[in-house]
Amino acid sequence: MLQDDTLANVLYVDISKKRFWIEKRQDLFEKYIGGAGVAIQLLHEECPKGVDPLGPENPIIFAVGPLTALFPLASKTVAMFKSPHTGNLGESHCGGRSAIAIRMAGYGAIVIKGASDIPLYLAIHDNQIYFRDASSLWGIGSCITVGRIIRENEPAAGLRTIMRIGTAGEKLVSYACVTTETYRHFGRLGLGAVFGSKKLKAVVISGKRSLPVSDGKLYQKVYDEIYQAAIGSPAMKKYHHLGTAENVLPLNEFGGLPTRNLQQAKFEGAFEISGETFAEHYLGRRLACSHCPVGCIHIAALREPYGDEPYFYKTSMISYDFEPIYALGSMLGGSDPKGVLRLMERIEVWGLDAMSTGVVLAWATEAQERGAISEKETMGIKLGWGDYTAYMEAVRLLIEQPNEFYQALSRGVEHAASLYGGEDYALAFGGNEMPGYHTGPGAHIGVLIGARHSHLDNAGYSVDQKTLAKKKPTSPEELAEALLAEERWRQVLASLVVCFFARGIYQPDVVSKALHLAGFDIAPEALYRIGEEIHREKYRFKTREGFSLDKLRLPKRIFETSSPLGKLDEKFIRGAIEHVKKILFE
Amino acid sequence: MKLSVVDTERCVGCQSCMFACSRRQGEAGIARTCIGVRSVGGMERGFVVIVCRACDDPPCAKVCPTGALKPRRGGGVRVDITKCTGCGYCRDACPIGCVFWDDEINKPMICVHCGYCAQFCPHGVLRLEKREKVGHASG
Repeated sequence: MLQDDTLANVLYVDISKKRFWIEKRQDLFEKYIGGAGVAIQLLHEECPKGVDPLGPENPIIFAVGPLTALFPLASKTVAMFKSPHTGNLGESHCGGRSAIAIRMAGYGAIVIKGASDIPLYLAIHDNQIYFRDASSLWGIGSCITVGRIIRENEPAAGLRTIMRIGTAGEKLVSYACVTTETYRHFGRLGLGAVFGSKKLKAVVISGKRSLPVSDGKLYQKVYDEIYQAAIGSPAMKKYHHLGTAENVLPLNEFGGLPTRNLQQAKFEGAFEISGETFAEHYLGRRLACSHCPVGCIHIAALREPYGDEPYFYKTSMISYDFEPIYALGSMLGGSDPKGVLRLMERIEVWGLDAMSTGVVLAWATEAQERGAISEKETMGIKLGWGDYTAYMEAVRLLIEQPNEFYQALSRGVEHAASLYGGEDYALAFGGNEMPGYHTGPGAHIGVLIGARHSHLDNAGYSVDQKTLAKKKPTSPEELAEALLAEERWRQVLASLVVCFFARGIYQPDVVSKALHLAGFDIAPEALYRIGEEIHREKYRFKTREGFSLDKLRLPKRIFETSSPLGKLDEKFIRGAIEHVKKILFE
Repeated sequence: MKLSVVDTERCVGCQSCMFACSRRQGEAGIARTCIGVRSVGGMERGFVVIVCRACDDPPCAKVCPTGALKPRRGGGVRVDITKCTGCGYCRDACPIGCVFWDDEINKPMICVHCGYCAQFCPHGVLRLEKREKVGHASG
C-alpha cells in the first residue's frame, strides 16, 4: 500500500474509559486488503472466546477498503461483532455515507470497545474524537428523530454519516439494526442490540481529505472505465429503475416467493406489492450512497389523512426494497401496499431488521392459527394474514417485551419456537431468519453454510435459477462447490467494500488494475487465494464459538412447499452440506 | 461558459460531482472539491447543490483586500493564490457558501466553471451552458 495513505490507521475507542488511540496496521491491510478481511482479523484479536455478545468485551468493528473514495461503488462499510442473535459471527454491511466518511476521516477501520456507564454518542471528526452525553436522546422512540437532533448539533453536513439505534436497540432486541442516513442499515444479526448494550446511541463520523494514487494519469483512465461501466450496464439500470423490488414479479412467476410463512411459494397478491406498483403509485424519490452513481434506494411517499380532522394529512417517506417487501408483504400474506408501507415505516422508526421481524411475525401468525399460542400469550392480539393493524401492535410489544411470549419473540424465531413449539415452520437457518427465496436447494444451502447466514454470502438463489435455465439437475457436490467458490470471491469484494450489485463490473482483472492505483499489487489469481483465506478465517471464528455444520437445523416446511425446482429433498441438502464440510475441514 | 444547476430535484445525492472536481485537479478524495452536495435536512427531502453561480458582480471579489479575486469575464472570479493572504472575507461574503476552503494552505477554492463535474452527473442535475442561456431561476 502507499506510504502516505491513511487507510492503515485503525482508530480504537474505549467507551468504558472514554479514551482513544490510533495504531498503524499496515500488516493487516497489506495481507487482507480491508473490509471483511481486516475486520475478521480485528475480531479475532479483540473478541475473547465465549464472551456474552451483550457484554462490554464484545467489540464493534467497522472497516472500509483501499478503493473507498478512490473509485465508484466501493462504498460499503463492513461491521463485525459477535452476534447477539446467533451467538456467533456477526457481520453486516451498510452503505449510505458511512464508508466514505470513515475513509475521509482518515481511517481504514474503527474498533469500539467496552461499555459506557451513561448513554453517549461518539463524534469522530477527523482526528478529533468526542464522547457526547446522550442521556437526553436515550428513550426517544424514533431513530429518525435522533438523526435530526444529531444533525443539528454536529458539523460537516454532506460529509458525515450518522449511525444510530432506535428503541429496539435500546431494548436489546437481538435483531435490532443500526441505521445510517435515515434509510440504510447494518440490518442483520443485531448490531443495534450491541450498540444498546454499550449504551451507545449513535456514532457520527466525518472528514475531508485527499488520497494518494500511484499514477495520476492512469487513475483518471481507470476511473472513467469503471464509471462508464457503472452507468452503462443493464444490471445497474435495473437497480436504478425499479430497484431491488423489481424481483417480486419474476420470483413469484417462478414460484419462489415465500408466502404466508412459506405455506406457499406463489402469492396471488404479488402484483399489488410489486416494484412496478410501488414505482407507479408511491415512488417519491431515489437516493444513492456516496460515490455511487446508480441510486438504487427507492423511497415511497405515502400520503394519509390523520382522520381526526378534515383535510389534515401527513406524507411519510418510506424506503422499500425487495427483502422488506417479501418479509412484510408476501410472507405475511399482505397485498395492501399501504399496509406494507405503514409496517415498514414503524420498523424503520424503531430500528429493527425488517427481514427477521417479518419472519418472526409470520411464525407467530401460523402458531396462533394452529393453537400453539393463544391470545393469552399475544395479550389479546389476533394475528391474521395481512392484518397490518395487528402486526404493528405486535411489533410494538415485541420491542417492549411486557410478557414472556414477547420476550421470546424479541430473540428471534428459532428461540421462540424452542419455547412454544412449531419448529417445523420456524424459518431460520443457522439462527438467522430466512431471506425471500424459495428457488430450490441452492438458496437454502447457501444460507445454511454462508458464514453470516445471509443470501448475500453466496447467492444460492442465483445457482438455482441457472439450474432451472439449463434444465439439468445440479449434483449436491457441484452445488456445494459453486456456492463456496462464489462465497470466497465475495470475500474479496467485501474486503474492497465494493457493493455486490457491482460484482459484474469489478471482475478480477478490473480489481487488480484498480488496486494497483492504490498501491496494492495483487494479481487476479492471488485475489482468489486471499478470498479463500478470509473465508477460512471467518469459519475459524465460527468454529471457535461453537458453530458446526453437523448441528444445522432444517425446518420441515422447506420440504413441504414445492419450489421452482420441485420438492426439496433433505438427503440432497445434507449431502451438499457434507461436501462443504469435506472441503473446509479435510 | 457557466456551470448550471439545472434541477436539484433530480439529484440522488451520489456526490460523484464532488469526487470529479477533486480528480480534475489531479487528486483523489474530496479535499479539493469546489462543489458540495448535502441533504435538505434529511435525505427524505432531497438535496442542495452548492457551487459558484458565476455572479455578474461577485461580492467575494468586492471584499478581497488584496485583489486576489478578480471578476471573470462571463461571471464568477479568478483566484490569484499568490496575492491571497487567507483572510477569509470572501468566504463570509458569499451568502450561498460557494467559497470552499483549502485548509492545508489556508486559501479559498472557487469553481472555475470547467464543467468536468457535469460529465460525471448521471442524472442531469448539472450542465455546462453558454452564459446567455442562464436563467435567473437556475441554481
